[in-house]
Parts: sequence; structure tokens; C-alpha cells
Amino acid sequence: MRVNGSPADGEPRPGQCLRTFLREQGWFGVKKGCDAGDCGACTVHVDGVPVHSCVYPAARARGREVTTIEGLAAGQGPGAHPVQAAFLAAQGFQCGFCTPGMIMTAAVLSPEQRADLPRSLKGSICRCTGYGAIEDAVSGTARLIPNGGVPAPGEPAPPGTGPAGTTGSPAGQGLGAPAGPQIVTGAARFTLDLGPEPGGDAGGHLPPAPPLHLKLVRAPHAHAWIRSVDAAAALRVPGVVAVLTYADSPARKFSTARHHNPDDDPCDTLVLDRTVRFHGQRVAVVVAESVAAAEAGRALVRVDYEALPAVTSAAAALAPGAPQLHPGLAPGNVCASADRATGDLDAGFAAAGAVYQGTFRAQRVQHVALETHAAVGWLDSGGRLVLRTSTQVPFLTRDELARVFGLDRDRVRVIAKRVGGGFGGKQELLTEDVVALAVLRTGRPAQLEFTREEQFTATTTRHPVEVTVRLGAAGDGTLTAFALAVTADTGAYGNHGPGVMYHAVEEAVTAYRCPNKRVRARSVYTNTVPAGAFRGYGLSQTVFAVESAVDELAAALGLDPVEFRRRNLLREGDAPDNASGEPADVSTAGLGVIECLDLVEKALATGRGEVAPDGWLSGTGVAVALLDTIPPGGHPGRARVAERPDGGYAVYVGTAEFGNGTATVHRQLVADALGCAPADVLVVSSDTDRTGHDTGAYGSTGIVVAGTAAVRAARALADAIAARAASGAGAGAAVEKPLEADGFCDGLSRSVSAAAHGFRVAVCPGTGEVRILQSVQAVDAGTVLNPVQLRGQVEGGVAQALGAALFEEVRVSAAGVVTTRALREYHVPVLADLPRTEVLFCSGTADPYGPHGAKPMSEAPFNPVAPALANALRDATGVRFTSTPLRRDVVYTTLRERSSPGN
Amino acid sequence: MAAGGTGQVFPRNIVAAAWGHDHERAGADRVDLNTVTEFAPATEATWRDGDAWLGGGTFLFSQPQPGVTRLLDLAAFDWSPVTEDADGVAIAATCTFAELARWRPSHAAFAPFAALAARCCHALLGSFKVHNVATVGGNLCLSLPAGPVTALASTMDGVVLLRGRGESRGMPAADFVTGDGRNALRPGELLTRLWLPAASLSARTAFRQLSLSPAGRSAVLVAGRRDRFADTVVTVTASTPRPVCLRFPAPPTPAEAVAALDAQRPEYLDDVHGNAAWRAAMTRRLIGEVLAELAS
Ligand SMILES: Cc1cc2nc3c(=O)[nH]c(=O)nc-3n(C[C@H](O)[C@H](O)[C@H](O)COP(=O)(O)OP(=O)(O)OC[C@H]3O[C@@H](n4cnc5c(N)ncnc54)[C@H](O)[C@@H]3O)c2cc1C
Ligand code: FES
Ligand code: FES
Repeated sequence: MRVNGSPADGEPRPGQCLRTFLREQGWFGVKKGCDAGDCGACTVHVDGVPVHSCVYPAARARGREVTTIEGLAAGQGPGAHPVQAAFLAAQGFQCGFCTPGMIMTAAVLSPEQRADLPRSLKGSICRCTGYGAIEDAVSGTARLIPNGGVPAPGEPAPPGTGPAGTTGSPAGQGLGAPAGPQIVTGAARFTLDLGPEPGGDAGGHLPPAPPLHLKLVRAPHAHAWIRSVDAAAALRVPGVVAVLTYADSPARKFSTARHHNPDDDPCDTLVLDRTVRFHGQRVAVVVAESVAAAEAGRALVRVDYEALPAVTSAAAALAPGAPQLHPGLAPGNVCASADRATGDLDAGFAAAGAVYQGTFRAQRVQHVALETHAAVGWLDSGGRLVLRTSTQVPFLTRDELARVFGLDRDRVRVIAKRVGGGFGGKQELLTEDVVALAVLRTGRPAQLEFTREEQFTATTTRHPVEVTVRLGAAGDGTLTAFALAVTADTGAYGNHGPGVMYHAVEEAVTAYRCPNKRVRARSVYTNTVPAGAFRGYGLSQTVFAVESAVDELAAALGLDPVEFRRRNLLREGDAPDNASGEPADVSTAGLGVIECLDLVEKALATGRGEVAPDGWLSGTGVAVALLDTIPPGGHPGRARVAERPDGGYAVYVGTAEFGNGTATVHRQLVADALGCAPADVLVVSSDTDRTGHDTGAYGSTGIVVAGTAAVRAARALADAIAARAASGAGAGAAVEKPLEADGFCDGLSRSVSAAAHGFRVAVCPGTGEVRILQSVQAVDAGTVLNPVQLRGQVEGGVAQALGAALFEEVRVSAAGVVTTRALREYHVPVLADLPRTEVLFCSGTADPYGPHGAKPMSEAPFNPVAPALANALRDATGVRFTSTPLRRDVVYTTLRERSSPGN
Repeated sequence: MAAGGTGQVFPRNIVAAAWGHDHERAGADRVDLNTVTEFAPATEATWRDGDAWLGGGTFLFSQPQPGVTRLLDLAAFDWSPVTEDADGVAIAATCTFAELARWRPSHAAFAPFAALAARCCHALLGSFKVHNVATVGGNLCLSLPAGPVTALASTMDGVVLLRGRGESRGMPAADFVTGDGRNALRPGELLTRLWLPAASLSARTAFRQLSLSPAGRSAVLVAGRRDRFADTVVTVTASTPRPVCLRFPAPPTPAEAVAALDAQRPEYLDDVHGNAAWRAAMTRRLIGEVLAELAS
């Protein structure tokens, strides 16, 4: 076999797939997203024919010529293939994990296939972009504007470019991601791409020897006690080095959730627990010289379980006498609860001209970051524990590993390379602890890579939530009473249980002004796969309920739903009221929610988009969502900016880049502060050895917190450079002793961002198909720092939300078993499933705190989508759908039930 | 569940697991087939326990195959993908979806069949890159409800040719698939080709498919054929565990067709690809559309 023009090293094993063979040969541009032919990340060409290399027998490629992304532009220079250039020009990627496969697919499309991208790309999944930018890339439409979007004199500014965009400053320009050239050539390094860095030595980011491989024995019970584990047979398998069980686990409990404040989450988890609390929980770790040996050993580990009665729904867990998951820690299986009231609810309802009450359900969904969880660990030459891992929170991971294993913080180093999508799922410590245990036990490098199936069965999900809303309003449409009762199922462990619950009843409640509010919420343990952090952090579920109820109440009063919202939404200058009666620490200065709503209303009024087919019902719907710009309680971020010996600057940020685009904006901000070209700024992120403590990438803080820290560091450096110049030291001295400066942001000052979504839909009563004719989202992101990236973030958020609104559901059986275990059973959107979404920006209301007045926009776009769709469906059909996903079969059967006589 | 399956090439739970029916196993992997110790040309090996015929491998490599120790590579036969004569068309088991979809008959009369074949190929959930390797034989032998070759072969009154250790036999394709992941193969038996008679190939055809998403996995697939003599065949797959074939000596009314469907008491699948009530209703709807198209 020849790969990219050179003979391959060695022969594939008889049962090996081409993907693993190519990666063993160092072709790390071949990605693994599923191992089942579903996602396309592994696409390569065999004798010019594109195939999914994960389901292609490697032995069949003998004697053939294989081309990977690394060889696509052979003879033309790296990245020179026209499709690679088109992906750069359209920025057809975010995390970049799907990109090699997308490019390898797009590169061979015939003109007919290009004309039918929905069909041609049905086996190519991107979880980040929402496909808009990919479609543009494939069709050759550039998104990067010449001159970064700065208008030529006399030309109008590109839509939504904030004030900064008109000044010629790099902040505000539609610049491309710094890693773009590496992403499109397959050179970008993700966690398990254990090869040399494209830019040279990365400073201790590679293990000193090939790692051992871990495979986890997982429990076949939803609730059980482990009587014993017999590893003797497994240990006899050649290549098996160790089998670790509860007897090897550190005794210290922790939470897999990582937060700035470690007390945010209950300490209810052990590295290896003797009690099983969900089907699929890890019970033992097989450490071996190869994956094959680890699998063979795993098949021989004998675990003797005593099955215990299990509760697999919140209702069952709350029933009197229910089995307890964490006795002592959580009596009654209640992980967290809140009960708040302001004003007089009864009086509010008594004063109402109309009251609406409804109960809504939002399902479990999975992040499906295309890169699965993975970590590699080793001991460095100083005996320090090093973890190279796919995480959003390297520093918090380091701190917790140190605590669990009883090590000093400075004896642990955590590095995140490029992260292949997170969406909240990687704000969690799910692989690092077992890898650390294996490294500390064996003294050897070790790695663990989750399969796609493990992602579904044993990582985390969005919390399934049941919400009862009761709203009352006076005849003129003024809200008089607002009551919310929320039950969230947090699964077997309380990671993010309290945080998600509190957040679920925060912005969904503060969004509307009302003198009388009541909030009751609880998060409940059940014997199911743990729920965790998911884009929106609880809000998508409650916003679905509240925004649906608001439409119903407006309808009951005969008012236009948009007008009803305008009358009641939180406005600039209001103090947000979350029903606790406590003073809010959030500023509403510059809040643009009404403008978002206006923009969406106007766009829908044009009737742009497709026309409803004959015989279909059609309707429109809108919804809004607010999001506080930073999580409460502070979010310290740190950055360092340094002169580079070879000229230019480097910015070291603690936060991780996982497709959210922060690296691009950090580069722009630093260039702006130092008055240099963005290309002169190198962004180095997420290595605990390189900066001081940084909380990490969650709560949409990459720009508002880490960006502020970067700006401060850059300004301090600019001052230092100016001082050096004033003192007469020349450029020659700079080469000997480069200057550097630190920047810090405590993340305590917060405000509110907003998004509004509008849909016009058509519904086929005969099949239940819901077709989106027009989709528009308007966002208040404050000053727009990079219009190209912001548009991409919004498109991606909308796409992920449409997946949850229309298709996705992690199904759990009554016995607690996850039954959707592969991408073909859990349908995430492909290009064919999605409309083009118009993205509109508010006219540049500057935020009081964010850098240059910017607000975050990576979570907010998700939240208004499902209710806007349900509202449009209601408008079209007259039926209120109270749960998601709005699948064709459900829509059809529901419409039939409603229309049949007797109902 | 319809009876008739005398044997299977692989344990049922493995097939079912791919599509969401068996979930009791925990922690299985989908990467390399690490139990496989030998990769041999099918031309040179005699079948033994632990062997699996390797078509394109798009199923074999997408699931754990704990019992498989040797892969017998069917590519070694080097069969030509599609051959035709005046009597009909023979499709080799190793013919890929891409080859079938690309194929153009030299007998102009077979054009309606070629068009239906292409539509069936596109009904596979897998992408065009899967089409480049997935085989017709693999699709029939996997015997999933959403197997588009099963739909095509049944509608065309195809015959599958099976080669066992000593003997070879043929059987109607419509009887080959006996249930979800079940078929009439005996252990070690090889499906060598699918033969389609000329009479069906020039018939007028119609095709309808629905799934929960625009390019998703088939939840209902109805294909139909009307011969010169007005014989009508309508086949339902994807919504039922095995194909349901409805035959009429003259074009039926939709009501007659639905009565014939109900008389077979089909069991409708109820899973992530669609609930049973919807699939039952959509099956009727698509039968009506197919009949209308055949009549037009
Ligand atoms: C992304 C994706 C989507 C898919 N979508 C669908 C779908 O919509 N519908 C569907 O039906 N399938 C689907 N499949 C499953 C499978 O890929 C197809 O059914 C395909 O046609 C199988 O063909 P193959 O040649 O790759 O089979 P292989 O994997 O080679 O074999 C499949 C099985 O049949 C046996 N076999 C193969 N050839 C023969 C033969 N000639 N004689 C006897 N036994 C044989 C093998 O031993 C094996 O058990 C999908 C797979 C993927 C990866
Ligand atoms: S298709 Fe091969 S890894 Fe997903
Ligand atoms: S950019 Fe496509 S999966 Fe992240």
C-alpha cells in the first residue's frame, strides 16, 4: 500500500480497518467521529475513490494508493487544493474536527453531486457550523471579506459590524481563524494526534514513549453493589499490564463537573466506585499494551454484582420509599432544590384577565462533539503527572486531579490541544482520572479514547426537564403573575445538577417583568446516565416552556405574541428579578432584546424564503431568550502577552479553543491593543504551565473574560514597550530580553445578552412533516468583534437546537439502559435537514464590560429555537406541542388524535 | 414474526444491535475486529465456523463481531457486477451500490428497472462513499427491514442464487428475507448473485420512501411494478420486519390494495426510525401514491 505517494510502513492486521492503520502510520488528518460509517470524518481516497476508512478493511487497500487530507494537494504545496482554499475563504469549520473528511468528500464531488449537496453530504456530519459555511465553501462562496470587512470609503459597512468595525482596527473585522491553514491541511493537532507539532516543538506535549491503552469494564445494571471482581483470567492475557478496580481507587470523592467554585457540585463520585448507580458506569479498568489486548482482557474480567432496586425516572425517585442513590448526601434523592417568591402570586392571578397553565417536557440530548472524550497521560522527566486531554477546563481539571490523588498542584500539568467540539460536555472530568490512576500505577504513559457508543451511554447529556408554567396577565397584556415549577433529572451523579437547576430558573424568570413571581425547582437523582452541562445550561428547557406559555397567554387575550412580549420583556435599566428578592448583580445596560424582536418581526413580515406547498398548513412563530454574559460568582481569567524573539507577539491564554472561535478574537484584540497586524500574534492556549490559573471555557466566557484578560495583558505590554523605548533601550535589547505582561479579569461584572428567533413553517397533515420555510435569528452580541465568526456561531447554535427540536433524543429504557447508541440511532442534523438561517445583529449596543463592548454569543442562539418552532407549529395547526423532539411521527399522530371525532 | 428462517450467518443480536434492539451488552467497541486473525481470498478457502463472507465490509466493520475469526474476501471472485441478456439481468453479490446505480442497460426495454435500481440505491442511509463499497449481496444477507436491495429484488420477482458446501440452490428473493436480520441462508452458504427476469425489467415502476428526516434511514419504502399484462406487484419494506408483497392480476384500487395489505396482518416496526402508528399510516399512504403513479 502507498499512502500519499510513499510506501506504507508494515502490513495491516487482518481485522484492522483502514482508519486505524493510517493513524498508526502517523496520518492524523484521518479523524474518528463514530467508527461506524456515519459521520465521514475518516474519509480518504483509495485509488481515487472516496470511502469511509473506518468501515473499509485495511487489508483490501494492499497494493493500492491511499490519499489522506495530508496528500490531497500533493505537488501543489500544502493547502493548495482549491477545495482547501475554499474552506479557508468561507471559514467552513469551527472546531475543525470534521474538516479533513469534509474536504476529502467535497474534493471528489461531480458537478451533479455538487448540485445536490443535501444528498451528497448526507454521510458528512459537522456538529459546529450548521453547514451554512460548509455549503458556501463547497459552492465556492467566500465569507472572509477582503480587508477583513472594513468598508472601503463610501461603501456601507457589512451588516452588523459594530462601531469598531468602521475604525480600521482589527477588532471588528471578519478575520479567519489562526489555525485555519492547519485545519484544512489536516495538520492541526487534537488530543490523540500524537505527532510532531506543525509549528515545531510544543514544549513537552508528547508522551516520552508509546502509551498503554485503557478499556473500561462497564456495569450491566442500573443499580448494584459489587461483591467482588476477579481479574485473574484478564491478567493472563498477553499484553495486559494491570486491571484496576474499586480497591485501587483513591478514597476521595469528587464531582466530574468542574466549576470555579468546587463547592458548586456535590462530591458524590469516586474514580472507581463499589456501588453502581447507572447502566454503563465504569467498574474496572484494563490497562494493556494494545487496544486488542485491553479488549481481550476486558472480556475476561468477572464481576459479581448484587443487583439493587433502581429508579429510572424522577417521579419514581421522588416516590416515598424509593431506593436511595446517595443516602446521607441526598435524602429523598433530591440533589438540589429552590423555592422563591416575590410579591403576591394569588393576588396576581386574581387580577389576571387570562391565565394559562401548561406542562412541558424537554428531552435528554447528547452533545455529540465530533471528537470523543480522550486523554493521554504520562510522567515527565521531573516525575510530574502530565495529562493531554480534550477538555474545556484544563486548570480546573488539574486542580481536581491534584486533590483526588493527593498531589501538589504544581505536580500536575494539564494540556488541551485543539478540542474537537465541547458544547459543555467537556466541562467534565470523565477520562483524566482513570488515565491518571493508570499512569501512577504503572509509571508508564497511558491513553483512553471513548467510543461513540460510550459517548452515548456513559458520558453526560442535557438534563431532561419537566416544567409547569402558570402565567396570568391583565386584559391589556400586562403580566400579573408568573409561576414556574421545574423538575430536572440529573441522573446518577450530581455533576452540574445544582448549577443547571439554578440557571434554568434564572434568565427564564428574569426575562419578563412581573410583580408577582414564584419559582420552585428541584434536581433529582435517578439511576440513569448522568446529565451535565449542555449548551444553554438548563435554560433551553425552561425557555421552551415559558416562551410557549407566553404565546398561549397572548392568544388567550387576543394579543399579538410579539407585541405581548414587547410589553413585558425586561428592558434596559430594569433590575432583573429572579423571584429571590435579592438585588441582582447583573446590569441591563445596553440590553437589546427588543431590537432583536423587532428585527425578527420585520424579517418574517417580508415573507422571504420558501412558499408552503399546496395543501400544507403554514404559520409563523417567534421566541426570545436572555443570557447573562458570565456565570454568577466570578470566573477568573488570565492571559500573558509576550514579545517573541523572532518578532511579533504571543498571547498565552488559559482558556481552551473548541470551535467557539475565541482564538481568532483574542488575536484581533491583542493586535488592536499593540497596534500590530493580527498575523503577527501567535495564540497559545490551554497549558497549565504557560499561564496562571484560568477558569476555562464555559458559560460563554471566552471573549468577555479571557478576551478582557488578553486585552489587559496586551495593553500592559504596550505600556512596557513604550517605557523601554522612552528609557532609550533599543530593539537590540528586546531580542535579548523579550518583554511580557500579564492580564487578569475576575469576571464579576456581568450584563445580559439576547437572541430572538423567528420561523415560518409548513406542516403536511398527511405525513407530519414540518418544513421550515424561513428561519431568522437576531442577536444582541454587543459590539461585534468578528462578524464572520459570530454568524458562524449563531448558525451552529441554531443547527444544534434544531436537532434537539426535531430529531434528537437519548432514549433510556425502563431498566435504565440507553438504547440510542450510535449516530444512526441518534440522528444529528445533516445538511439536508437544515434551512438557511438569516443572522441579524443588533445595531451595536456596546456592553459596559466586555472588550470593546462585546457580549458572548455561543450559548444564547440555542435557546429560543425550540419554542419559536413550537409556536410556529401552533400557529399552523392550532395544536400546542408541549414536548420535544417534534418528530414527524409524533406530529402526525398528535394531529390525528386532535382532529379525530370525540376529541 | 413470520416463520421460515432456517439459519443465519451471524448471531441475531449482532445485527439487531446495529439498529437498536439489543442493548444488554455494555462497553462493546466499534473499531478494529480484533478477534479476526486471518484475511483470506474467498476463492481459496473452505468455509468453517468463525468465518464471515466479506462483501464491502460496511456492516462487518461498523459493529463488534466477537465470533468472527476469519474474513473471506469475496472480491477475490472478480465477478463482473452486472450482466444482461434477453432473458434478464444478473447482479453479482459483489456488485456495489455505486456500480448498480451507475449501470445503464444495453436493452432499452430494461430502462425502467435501471431507474428503479438507482432510486433504491439512493434509499440507503449510507453516503455515496458507502455506496462505493457496500454490496448488493451484503445488503440482502444483512436482511435489515430497511434493506433497499431487498425491496428492489422482491418487487422485480428476483431470484437469489445460493451456493452451499455441496449444492447450489435458487429461491425467490421475496422469500429470502424472513425477518429483521433473518434470512434463509444456511450456515456457510454464499449468496452469489441476484437474477431478475426480463418480464419484470421492462415493467412500469414506481417508488416512494419516507423517513423521519429528509435524507434519513427509510421508515417506509414502497415499490411497485405494473407489467405489460397489467399484473401489479407492490412491495412494502422498512416499515415491516420482512418484505410484504402484494400481487394483483389487474391494477387494484387503493382500497383493494390496503385490504390485501391488512389481510397479511403485517407487524409494524416501532423504533427510533418511527413509531408503529405512523409507519402503518404512511405505508397505506405510499401504497396509494405508488398505485396512482403506476396508473398514470
Ligand atoms: C452509514 C451506514 C448506513 C447504512 N444504511 C443502511 C440502510 O439504510 N439500509 C440497510 O439495509 N443497510 C444499511 N447499512 C448497512 C450495510 O452497510 C448495508 O446493508 C450494506 O449493503 C451491506 O453490504 P456490505 O457489502 O458492506 O456488507 P458486509 O459488511 O460485507 O456484510 C454484511 C453481512 O452479510 C454477510 N455477507 C456479505 N456478502 C455475503 C454474500 N455474498 N453471501 C452471504 N453472506 C454475505 C457478511 O458476512 C455480513 O454478515 C448502512 C451502513 C452504514 C455504514
Ligand atoms: S464515518 Fe468513519 S469515523 Fe465516522
Ligand atoms: S467544525 Fe465540524 S464538527 Fe466541529
